[in-house]
Amino acid sequence: MKDFNYSAPKTVKEAISLLGSLQGEVKVLCGGQSMLVLMKQGMLAPEHIVDIKGISELDYIRFSEEKGLTIGALATHGAVEKSPIVKEKYPVLAEMEDNLAVVQTRTWGTIGGNVCHGDPAADPPAVFIALSSKYKLMGKKERIVNAEDFYKDLLEVDLEHGELLVEVQVPPMPANSGVAQEKLMVQKGDMGIVGAAAFVTVNPSTGICEDARIVLTNVASIPFRAKGSEKVLIGKKIDEKLLEEAGQIASEEVDPPADTHGSEEYRRDMARVFLKRATAKALQRAQQKN
Amino acid sequence: MKKIKGYSITLTVNNENYDLTAEPNRTLLEVLRDDLHLTGTKESCGEGACGSCTVLVDDQPVRSCLTLAVAVEGRHITTIEGLSQGGALHPVQDAFVAHHAIQCGFCSPGMILTAYALLKENPSPTEEEIRRAISGNVCRCTGYAKIVEAIKSLADQGRQER
Repeated sequence: MKDFNYSAPKTVKEAISLLGSLQGEVKVLCGGQSMLVLMKQGMLAPEHIVDIKGISELDYIRFSEEKGLTIGALATHGAVEKSPIVKEKYPVLAEMEDNLAVVQTRTWGTIGGNVCHGDPAADPPAVFIALSSKYKLMGKKERIVNAEDFYKDLLEVDLEHGELLVEVQVPPMPANSGVAQEKLMVQKGDMGIVGAAAFVTVNPSTGICEDARIVLTNVASIPFRAKGSEKVLIGKKIDEKLLEEAGQIASEEVDPPADTHGSEEYRRDMARVFLKRATAKALQRAQQKN
Repeated sequence: MKKIKGYSITLTVNNENYDLTAEPNRTLLEVLRDDLHLTGTKESCGEGACGSCTVLVDDQPVRSCLTLAVAVEGRHITTIEGLSQGGALHPVQDAFVAHHAIQCGFCSPGMILTAYALLKENPSPTEEEIRRAISGNVCRCTGYAKIVEAIKSLADQGRQER
């Protein structure tokens, strides 16, 4: 690993002022479970590392009926997984964490670091986008961005020089809605070869799908919002035939990579399969709530 | 501007304090092995895939190859050398010996520490929970069956703690 200057501020204020004053390439380190790999591989060689792991004010998971769930950047995957309020109000996030990586990563890796890494194969960004979440960024001024708009390209996110992601905000779940996440793993905890997060709302009296947000992982350079698929589902009663149509559309719209885990063609087909599975499960959950 | 210098830190490893100087780009693994000569902690892949370098930070399993030494100042680090006391093996180590859960032995320090942390949090895990817990520790001899049996024996007896 190349050398760098290291600072470990203890407060958000201190971190912001430091980030704003440093010249040259600066990277924020938290758990470092993805970033240190890139640094060891020589793909990343920042001049300055600002380690925020000691900013305890960012280590929280809170819930209120009005605001929904707020997760501080420092909350670890393990903390989200074990949080009673997450299990009760957003079980999909606990399920996601249960399938995310291995215990060593969950102990040290953080939600903030994960969503800022910008890996299109990662689960949290997709689930947060499906849940219409927002990210709170602090810099010279505060900025709230839609999780969906945060991802610009492979490992590139909408963080300006001097900015720090401090919080993930997940809105309350609307009535008659359901959400689910599924991914293709060889072993539990693997990065999804392809994954899908789906959110749907269903009219309880007519059974018609009123809203759908579906996000696929590892099929494009950013988390892929399957808008074409959503369009065919909204305004209709979802059945197997419609799900298949939605899946087909996604398999055509995605632009997947090819690697040792799967060819482009395979990933396209798995995008279809996993979109269907996640959406069917989300639908079932939405109906159960009625 | 490049002014890299070593940072004076105090690391608490196996309940002993070590004052040392570490460049910020050095991993906990490097410092443990090269500076403190605690070579029980092993390096294999060096990029977070194999779990050989697992140590406990505040009783939680962490990969020392993906943790900067400067980032764990003030925390309690436990390496495999810290489990046995007065020359007596810890029950988790005993169980690994008794169940022939060690082949080449390279994964054993990480595997044992992960098992220790699991049992501390959940004294009677199911086989599925055991397998999930050690899924971040790769055994190239593929001796998983014996390892699971060793951990299971402690779960069954509920005597993981001295």
